[in-house]
Amino acid sequence: MSEDFAVPEKSGAEILIDTLIEQGVDTVFGYPGGAVLPIYDALFQHKKIRHVLVRHEAGAAHAAEGYARSTGKPGVVLVTSGPGATNAVTGIADAFMDSIPLIVLTGQVATNLIGSDAFQEADTVGITRHCSKHNYLVKDPADLASTVREAFAIATKGRPGPVVIDIPKNVQVATTSTDVKRATSSRFNPAGEADYAEINRAVELLANAKAPILYTGGGVINSGPDASAALRELAELCGAPVTSTLMGLGAYPASGDAWLGMLGMHGTYEANMAMNQCDVMLCLGARFDDRVTGRLDAFSPDSIKIHIDIDRSSINKTVRVDLPIVADVGAAMRQMIEVWKGRKYKAAALDDWWARIKGWRAVDCLSYADSTQEIMPQYAIERLFAATKDKSPIITTEVGQHQMWAAQHFHFDAPNKWLTSGGLGTMGYGLPAAVGAQMGNPDALVIDIAGEASIQMNIQEMATATQYRLPVKVFILNNEWMGMVRQWQELTYESRFSESYSDSLPDFVALAEAYGWKGIRCSDPAKLDEAIAEMLAYDGPVMFDCRVHKTSNCFPMIPSGAAHTDMILHSDEVSGTMDDEAKALV
Amino acid sequence: MHIKQELTERHVLTLTVDNEAGTLARIAGMFTSRGYNIDSLTVADISEDHTTSRITIVTRGPPPVIDQIIAQCERLIPVHKVTDLTEAGPHVERELALVKVRGTGDQRVEAMRLADIYRARVIDATVNSFIFEITGGPDKIDTFVALMREVGLVEVGRTGIVGLMRGAEGS
Ligand SMILES: Cc1ncc(C[n+]2csc(CCOP(=O)(O)OP(=O)(O)O)c2C)c(N)n1
Ligand SMILES: [Mg+2]
Repeated sequence: MSEDFAVPEKSGAEILIDTLIEQGVDTVFGYPGGAVLPIYDALFQHKKIRHVLVRHEAGAAHAAEGYARSTGKPGVVLVTSGPGATNAVTGIADAFMDSIPLIVLTGQVATNLIGSDAFQEADTVGITRHCSKHNYLVKDPADLASTVREAFAIATKGRPGPVVIDIPKNVQVATTSTDVKRATSSRFNPAGEADYAEINRAVELLANAKAPILYTGGGVINSGPDASAALRELAELCGAPVTSTLMGLGAYPASGDAWLGMLGMHGTYEANMAMNQCDVMLCLGARFDDRVTGRLDAFSPDSIKIHIDIDRSSINKTVRVDLPIVADVGAAMRQMIEVWKGRKYKAAALDDWWARIKGWRAVDCLSYADSTQEIMPQYAIERLFAATKDKSPIITTEVGQHQMWAAQHFHFDAPNKWLTSGGLGTMGYGLPAAVGAQMGNPDALVIDIAGEASIQMNIQEMATATQYRLPVKVFILNNEWMGMVRQWQELTYESRFSESYSDSLPDFVALAEAYGWKGIRCSDPAKLDEAIAEMLAYDGPVMFDCRVHKTSNCFPMIPSGAAHTDMILHSDEVSGTMDDEAKALV
Repeated sequence: MHIKQELTERHVLTLTVDNEAGTLARIAGMFTSRGYNIDSLTVADISEDHTTSRITIVTRGPPPVIDQIIAQCERLIPVHKVTDLTEAGPHVERELALVKVRGTGDQRVEAMRLADIYRARVIDATVNSFIFEITGGPDKIDTFVALMREVGLVEVGRTGIVGLMRGAEGS
């Protein structure tokens, strides 16, 4: 040691902070505790990183997701060992399902105590192993910098996802002068461009199709803004209609001519019918999820299916496809455009196809019986959309009917504006996600479209918004029911409403005021526009308790286990029960 | 309603992986968390610098599930290469078993005679017991163990199989 005293030694905590800064991190969502005190002390001394103190670690993870989804940058979470880490697990699992890049830094007990059931010890690496893209336990401060660098590459490249780095307390404190660099290149090589032979074949199929459809998903958004631009250009060139999963909304503009609306369980009639009847399906960064396909053996029976995805394990997982292409979807679409133009293909005459689509559109599947007495939930979303569409808002949601109504009746023209928990379906996602999105987009209008049940799952994050002066709006479609559960019970269990009533609700206006927010309540459709205007005019956080019709159901709906062609369009088509096969499906 | 069973195929997969903490748990756990079967799993360091291990997994599933298993293995960061020996063509599979039998008189003579036929070696002997070492394909070992049951089997230890492609090329 005596010879090389000139080399300054750094603690693990300092190395960590320095590496985060080097990786371009400016915001961290976290909550302190014993096992991360050295990191918090290092943060205190560095002013380059903004730390957002959440009120529960689940909030930290969802806030980081909201930040990531709305900015395109990875979200960073910092929590303590044991309960801090376990509280963050839901958000990690959520990010894993929806392919959101997160770096989750967890404190751990000192290496010599691991395995001894020490205070606040939990096997974080074990618990998160199968709900993260990768995870690490770092046992030497000399490995920290290279681990963090590799973690950022893994989280953001290929199919994005959460990466957990568990750092024992003694590793945060111990100093080292060396920064051992591990070679990372050979370990992680995500797919890039597609093979031109495959692209040529895809273009040929698309150009010769009589009834093509583009089925797009969250992968288009994850691939970056250029992928959305490429999608628009490709759709224009080939003249095919475009539908999207819940996660892909905004990649193709809802105001575009080719837009069919969302597909799947609560998708539009025209999108699902077109999926069923198409002759060539081009799946772009989507994964044939069970909410999308409905009954598998009846899913688009006569189409040739092309699937472009960066993750090979998503291809042929549930639906066999004819032309699998493992590639970055944005790059592959650019290649398709280049080939299409190079070979001077013309869009096929699709008049017949569009005439059929027009017929399906005429069903007007999203229509609902409006009321002058009560606010219909669909009407509330429509009015919220009308009042905010020129402001290009960022919308987050909770989980339930309100989420589906938002997906149906709020329309997105740009990517990264729609933040929702799709794969995991996590109630309590929306408010912290809105906090994260507002941190990343200080000038944007950020609205959480919520349900009165879901909002209570992370309601403590109201204080976070207050502390950081985040003017987020929470628009609660308050139907006094866990509406989506009530709907399934009505449809499947002969209206035996077991435990789905939202009893003992707080007074949301008083609650808002208690947190230093503005509270607004509205139950009169005639006054709704005015109340929404009041919410938007307020320069600060607002909780809007929108009292809506209590027993509306969300239609159209493909009951679980049914085919795309068996959509229920209105409540009068509901039988009230289902067979056991259908009951067993999620 | 009853739970449906599907027809399955047996496949031997070999994985080249980083030799680091947690790799085995990651792979074995992925099989359990996604509901895939493991008939046997072997792992050992195979590189001069101790950075790489080779894992041989015998699994079972309908063909599309086998495809998924391979893709899911490839998705794991420490996994560099996955080969499906069963798909790749001619290959050899070997397993080693240690088999202890107890007995005296005719039973002991018969155990010895069978061991001879199956080319099992005696690696430990007392007046009333043997431990045999046998290598071979899983079928041969299954049959040998079944025979030993008749002549005083006490216990068996099996390594699980390792496999390589035939011919000059590596997998
Ligand atoms: C954490 C979690 N627990 C349970 C569920 C199951 N679940 C799905 S929707 C829902 C009801 C949501 O009620 P609310 O927030 O009022 O929304 P609504 O359907 O009434 O619009 C429940 C309990 C879930 N998705 N997430
Ligand atoms: Mg509700």
